Amino acid sequence: MNMSAKQKEFLQKEKRNKIFVHLMQVLIVVIFLISWEVLANKKVLNPFIFSSPSRIVLTIKKLFLEGSLINHILTTLYEIVLAFFIGIASGFLIAILLYEVKTLAKILDPFLTMLNSLPKVALGPIIIIWFGANTKAIIVMALLINLIVSIVNIYNGFLGTDDIKIKLLQSFGASKWQILRYLVIPGSKRTIVTSLKLNISMTLIGVIMGEFLVSKKGIGYLIIYGTQVFNLNVVMAGIVILIILSFLLYEFVSLLEKKLLKDC
Amino acid sequence: MNDILKIVNLEKSYYTKDGEIKAIKDITLDVKKGEIVTIVGTSGCGKSSLLGILANIDKQTSGTYVFYKDDVTIGYMLQNDALFPWLTIYENAILGLKIAKKDSKENKDYVLRLLKNYNLEDFINKYPNELSGGMKQRVALIRTLALKPDILLLDEPFSALDYQSRLAVSKDVFDIIKKENITTILVSHDIAEAVSLSNRVVVLAKRPCFIKNIYDINLPYDDPIVNRKSQEFSILYDKIWKDLDEYVS
Repeated sequence: MNMSAKQKEFLQKEKRNKIFVHLMQVLIVVIFLISWEVLANKKVLNPFIFSSPSRIVLTIKKLFLEGSLINHILTTLYEIVLAFFIGIASGFLIAILLYEVKTLAKILDPFLTMLNSLPKVALGPIIIIWFGANTKAIIVMALLINLIVSIVNIYNGFLGTDDIKIKLLQSFGASKWQILRYLVIPGSKRTIVTSLKLNISMTLIGVIMGEFLVSKKGIGYLIIYGTQVFNLNVVMAGIVILIILSFLLYEFVSLLEKKLLKDC
Repeated sequence: MNDILKIVNLEKSYYTKDGEIKAIKDITLDVKKGEIVTIVGTSGCGKSSLLGILANIDKQTSGTYVFYKDDVTIGYMLQNDALFPWLTIYENAILGLKIAKKDSKENKDYVLRLLKNYNLEDFINKYPNELSGGMKQRVALIRTLALKPDILLLDEPFSALDYQSRLAVSKDVFDIIKKENITTILVSHDIAEAVSLSNRVVVLAKRPCFIKNIYDINLPYDDPIVNRKSQEFSILYDKIWKDLDEYVS
């Protein structure tokens, strides 16, 4: 393809701008880490309270060599995956029910709004009493957070279905199930897939919150344990692992999104 | 010609918090086999409500309509092509057959034949966004024709197109309907389209809509675009314009 000089110049400028943005992002992180390390070593920041990048790395290495780190990560990951899939599947099914039974949707509307705006952590003590101090309680806590968001998102996606297309299928004599199968669900594919991204973030919040309350294992537990024994290196190590974990999960769901929306 | 549809004293009301809205009032009309009848009226006069009732999507408040046989097949085409973007052209074209559980090999072959006859053979594996507006409208018509309808209900099917495409596509559709000899009720707010395509034009008054006038159309040519230049066309156009003019605010 022949490209004009102006077009070439524009593309080069765009590329330079992109590289600059990435460089600046890396630079901010590097400056932040170096400043933190130097200030902690010079005792400007109390390393006992603020820890430092090198201490965090050493703590992660120690936890890894002890064998407990992998166990904590796998526990959190297991809870996230379980709560994520239960949340998405239940959210999808409940959204279908609300779409099909419009009166039910109207009845439940204020309750969904209330549940959505309620700070779920307030329900923590009740969840522990009802479900015990175990994985079940953590999953329930995560579901309380991710389920309502999934329902509302997917349901709103369904409501956006083109009326003209519904009329068309009705003119073919389509049943409610056929309208769902051939139009509403495939037509809401983008919304459903996009809600996966939101769901993974919500699940992560719910699982860590659950681990704060009841767990004996997991990254949330590691952070709470570090706070209780006042070992800020462990707390910071937990947070760093959590940041890496959430980044990897988000990237995984983004990849999944790209793959699923390839035809859209 | 035999009557294929008899509409008698049809009425339709909608009920809202603010009261009853009468959309259709006392419509009585016969449609003959092979005829193209166009219903014209201003926007919101109740034309689409009437077609919705005939397509069995909506129910009338009172009155009756009877088709000449019990198991009549109705083809309904709406304001836009309503093609599903995630389906290929072929999958879109056989969608009605699938829904109606009539997707036999014979019927699918018929769809392929229609796609071939109307120059869409090379596009069967493409998606709607790869086709022009006119081509999409042809696919929508083929999807409707796939069910071999006894009567076609067209609800402003060209309204989403620009003027030139509209002329070309309406001619295409007219040719297909004539070739397949299908009784058609077309709803339009375009007087020129109504006069050039139809055997009869039914003019509706504004809400509640009732039949204000019915015009028999006998234009000299077979081509709806050429017919627009005839004197008969101009006379009828003016008469219908006057009929509708009092409802334009």
